[in-house]
Amino acid sequence: MGQHSLTFRINGHDRQARVASNTLLVDLLRRDFGLTGTHVGCDTTQCGCCTVHVDGEAVKSCTMLAVQAAGREITTIEGLSGPDGPLHPVQEAMRARHGLQCGFCTPGIVMLLADFLARHPAADEKAIREALDGNLCRCTGYQHIVDAALAVLQPSDRGGADV
Amino acid sequence: MYDFTYLRPRSVDEAVAALRDGFDARPLAGGMTLLPTMKARLSSPGTLVDLSGIAALKGIEVADDRIEVGAMTRHADVAGDDRVRRTIPALSELAGSIGDRQVRNRGTMGGALSNADPSADYPAAALALDARLTTSTRTVGVEDFFLGTFTTCLEEDELLCRIGFRIPRAAAYVKVCNPSSGYAMTGVFIARFDAGYRVAVTGAASRYFRHTALEAALDAGADAAAALKIDPPQQEYLSDLHAPGQYRRNLVRVVGARAVERLHATQAETPHPNDAD
Ligand SMILES: Cc1cc2nc3c(=O)[nH]c(=O)nc-3n(C[C@H](O)[C@H](O)[C@H](O)COP(=O)(O)OP(=O)(O)OC[C@H]3O[C@@H](n4cnc5c(N)ncnc54)[C@H](O)[C@@H]3O)c2cc1C
Ligand code: FES
Ligand code: FES
Repeated sequence: MGQHSLTFRINGHDRQARVASNTLLVDLLRRDFGLTGTHVGCDTTQCGCCTVHVDGEAVKSCTMLAVQAAGREITTIEGLSGPDGPLHPVQEAMRARHGLQCGFCTPGIVMLLADFLARHPAADEKAIREALDGNLCRCTGYQHIVDAALAVLQPSDRGGADV
Repeated sequence: MYDFTYLRPRSVDEAVAALRDGFDARPLAGGMTLLPTMKARLSSPGTLVDLSGIAALKGIEVADDRIEVGAMTRHADVAGDDRVRRTIPALSELAGSIGDRQVRNRGTMGGALSNADPSADYPAAALALDARLTTSTRTVGVEDFFLGTFTTCLEEDELLCRIGFRIPRAAAYVKVCNPSSGYAMTGVFIARFDAGYRVAVTGAASRYFRHTALEAALDAGADAAAALKIDPPQQEYLSDLHAPGQYRRNLVRVVGARAVERLHATQAETPHPNDAD
């Protein structure tokens, strides 16, 4: 039925694609553009592995149609820092603080935190845990993710980590 | 997800025409309920009419004794709005407690009310704050808007456009959430107006209801301890694997008392627009 020829602005570049009405944004990113850093962990809009930024705000790309993202600024984990670095401060803190184990949830967590911490530079641990409500991690128990988020906000007084 | 025709009209009139003329057409707002049900093939509309391009459906206005919210205003926008926070802080907190951050960045007030999920949060605020709902054809009071579980008075080609909440003297919302889904197992919204209290309950029963016995007790000066003793009304309480109906009925009592406590703790009264400075 519906086929649409559209322009998408992804990680700072204009990209063209022909998409069906029922193509999800996450499938456009992964299948049409090979941006497989955005993961799919559930079918129920609960896990947050698919989190990307649309116009700078974290959204779940498994629950947005590709057609709805046309003409908007989309940033994926691949666009957060250049291919040769430096890493985004959230990525660097996740590395330094052991905020990941298997890494499956990590792109979504990083995209969520990059949005949240930029808007809430005074966030405390409770606010960070609340912000992570829509991101599930089966490995870390969250503590090191929270530590990484706090380290982004207070680089010096969190045990001297150089993040 | 089955295929469908996607339309993105620019005005309410165009959207209504698309809903009337399109094959098996449904409005699409934030998609936070509709798209998951379509992905699960529980629903398969032939046409989706995306409301996101209609500027008239967005935004918040404070007018006379009401806050008017456009149907396409997202939960994040309601939670982040300074005027809402100043005039009805409980509504602002409620919006900030829906789902998670990513869901609040997409989901809309109009979508949440039109969907009429018996466990949704906004309906409790709408009922307690005596909301007036403006659709593409009429204005209805909240008591006429909700007809039952997932059912409203909206016709298939009728759009919810605006929601007007009456500004109370003070208000509080407390809920106990299902630990897995995050939806309210019971949520109680209490609003105090000059003419008396209004108490609305969501999540507990097959439909939202006003707890008139608690309203009367509060009008007579009851505190939280007294509120705890008031029997919840006869309702079709929801029973599922998370909690039997009896448990939810008791939650009405407990959550209601907590809401009374929070309301009384809200020291600073909200400035009322009808008060002269
Ligand atoms: C992980 C998750 C957690 C959630 N947690 C909560 C929670 O804790 N509390 C809560 O209350 N909700 C929760 N929700 C639901 C969320 O609030 C949705 O945003 C809301 O129920 C639907 O709003 P929407 O804008 O996304 O509408 P959509 O999904 O786009 O539409 C919902 C329905 O309403 C119809 N519709 C939409 N707009 C209009 C309109 N203007 N006029 C007429 N019909 C219309 C659509 O056709 C559809 O039938 C959650 C959702 C998810 C995915
Ligand atoms: S894949 Fe799980 S929320 Fe998107
Ligand atoms: S690191 Fe494995 S799921 Fe989070």
